[in-house]
Amino acid sequence: MTAVEIPVEKWSGTVRDVTLGSSYGGGTRTSTVTVGGETALPFLDFEGALPHRPALAVEVVDMEPADWSPELVAVWGDDLKDPAKWAARAVAEGADLIALKLRSCHPDFGDRSATDARATVDRVLAAVGVPLIVYGPGTADKDNDVLVAVAEATKGEQLALGLCEEKNYRTIVAAALGNGHLVIAQTPIDVNLAKQLNILISDMRLPLERVLMDPNTGALGYGLEYTYSVMERLRLAALMGDAMTQQPMICTIGEEAWRQKEGRAATDVPAAWGELAERGVAWEVTTAMTLLEAGADILVLRHPSSVGVLREALDDLMKGA
Amino acid sequence: MALTGLQIYKLLPKTNCKECGFPTCLAFAMKLAQKGTELDKCPYVDDEAKTALDAASAPPIKLVAIGAGERAFEIGNEVVLYRHEKTFYHQPGLVVRVRSDDPQLAGKAADVASYEVERVGMKLRLDGLAVEHSGGDAAAYAAAVAAARAAAPGLPLVLMSGDAAAIDAALSGGAAADRPLVHAATSANWQAMADVAKKHGCPLAIRTAAGDLAGLVDLSESVRGAGVDDLVLDPGTTTLAGDLTAFTQLRRLALKKGARALGFPIVADSSGAVWQAELARATQAVAKYAGVVIIDHLEPAAVYSLLTLRQNIYTDPQKPIQVEPKLYEVGVAGPDSPVLITTNFSLTYFSVSGEVEGAGVPAWLLVADSDGQSVLTGWAAGKFDAEKIAKTVRDSGIESRINHKKLVIPGHVAGLSGEVEEELPGWQIMVGPRDAVDISNYLKNVWGA
Repeated sequence: MTAVEIPVEKWSGTVRDVTLGSSYGGGTRTSTVTVGGETALPFLDFEGALPHRPALAVEVVDMEPADWSPELVAVWGDDLKDPAKWAARAVAEGADLIALKLRSCHPDFGDRSATDARATVDRVLAAVGVPLIVYGPGTADKDNDVLVAVAEATKGEQLALGLCEEKNYRTIVAAALGNGHLVIAQTPIDVNLAKQLNILISDMRLPLERVLMDPNTGALGYGLEYTYSVMERLRLAALMGDAMTQQPMICTIGEEAWRQKEGRAATDVPAAWGELAERGVAWEVTTAMTLLEAGADILVLRHPSSVGVLREALDDLMKGA
Repeated sequence: MALTGLQIYKLLPKTNCKECGFPTCLAFAMKLAQKGTELDKCPYVDDEAKTALDAASAPPIKLVAIGAGERAFEIGNEVVLYRHEKTFYHQPGLVVRVRSDDPQLAGKAADVASYEVERVGMKLRLDGLAVEHSGGDAAAYAAAVAAARAAAPGLPLVLMSGDAAAIDAALSGGAAADRPLVHAATSANWQAMADVAKKHGCPLAIRTAAGDLAGLVDLSESVRGAGVDDLVLDPGTTTLAGDLTAFTQLRRLALKKGARALGFPIVADSSGAVWQAELARATQAVAKYAGVVIIDHLEPAAVYSLLTLRQNIYTDPQKPIQVEPKLYEVGVAGPDSPVLITTNFSLTYFSVSGEVEGAGVPAWLLVADSDGQSVLTGWAAGKFDAEKIAKTVRDSGIESRINHKKLVIPGHVAGLSGEVEEELPGWQIMVGPRDAVDISNYLKNVWGA
């Protein structure tokens, strides 16, 4: 019998452990989610430790989405009208955490107040025991307004606040710093910009154990390969010891996959595309699996079937060869 | 693995006779290392050195062709572990499996052969059909393969049977002309399988129990010893974790350790109980090192996803796919039709032109030369600025074709509208949507209003 010497990479770096949900009292979460901690490339347990399995988040919006794919509308039904019910159902469908979007605070979609946002966050916190990610409406002024108010009202819950970008990081980081929360640092598909933002955040003294990195997701067929390669490069840099790349990575898979024509068009498409119900899930699962292979630690998904497929895939991958 | 100049020098006569045209043997060796000259320029090099140098210059993962004719595909010859290090060269063949006793075999074969989907101007197709021996004797298997070939002429095949006699019967029945991949030689049947593959000149897959790479080395040595040189490796894994570990180790052994016995492409049997689970395995196989991916479910949504993923992963990171920068007419555009401008990154172009076409509003689409970058990256890199937009408009001759002077620029570069107005006196600059998907609504409700 021939012996084969398996090449094993000797990595010197470790991805930081990042924990969402209260882990030191004060919060009301009944479970926490810890991601990161890898000392090897994704799922290659023969050369390092992979202490935490990647987590599955489900996206919940604080108002019934007007522009979502008919397939998503069909599968969630009336739950889309109530973020608390929606979140509870998502947990029942297998979500490890909830990503709540405060879209109704956007000037174009209702312009609701920071007080309203706090009430919504409270209701969702009451409805589920899992940790929460909270996204602002996505405009700089309103994000600052809303996220600061939410951060103060939820001290101790150890939420992840997003998005924290170059243009607004000071406000968001300050809100996280003073209230025991995390931030999601998003940069546009670029290794150096991602590092740069981590440095700026770290300069404000927010411990990097409270920073998730969002390299900006391109969906399958819409820039996926750029995200894939940037994530591979970030994770390789992290394992080689570059301290400013050692953040767990979060990918907004569902938003990107279901936004594309493949996730939305039910009619007037080639027969080779298949039916929308299958196609949307296929698009989301393929995008998600590809980025898991590049080092994604948290996947934010939209369809319950995708949650199920990825849960099974992660069971398999984390069991080892 | 490639040798350095000094390693080659040690194999040369070291006489500095200059007959090769170089002043010294060392200079000749250095040039050889850079592949700038040929070893046969040296009249005195011995056979031992020749063998060593030939072996060293062979690619670390052999290029293997499957099929014959127009639909044949080549796999292997990869040189990196990560696509950003250079690129992945030979995209995996996507193959659908049918059982030889499936009453719908011919219909499925025809469906696989005819599946086609267009994406960014390229026609994407499935690459082959795997006929798995299921029930029946060698003659029954040969008949099934013949039926598949009749239903899908020219489609590359994978012949899957543990029975060398069945493979031989199918190949002798005419399938050998299609140069199918024979799957698979194992420790139990390798001699007979190697004989059949050699007799018919077909590539041969070698298969072990899950993850037994040492067994693959032994099998590789055995079948190559029996005269079969075109191999494909099947490490026999049946789980996502098993596939990823084995495929990664095989790729590393070939590229980093120069393991000759394992320097061949990989076949991934991505079979899953339901199409979703199968899609997850096949997705991983496309991203992580497979040369052939076998699936069981001909679910169009999953196939379309996999073909798109393969196109994404195998795009050269240094060369985005581009379209020709020029004026395009969408539908039958006239003097009243809107004029939209975008960049020549192919995904951008096809997204925009597809949506304009879908809107049913004939339009002029101006495509600027952004070196194949998207609107945002082109803008950030100075390849899609006000000056470029104005120049594209002027050079296109669009002014003589229309009776208005309105230009729609992408929403992502709304900030450029003032500058473009200065560059194009007399033009009204309108800001279109950020995402192509909203163009239809824009053309119907904003442009006309």
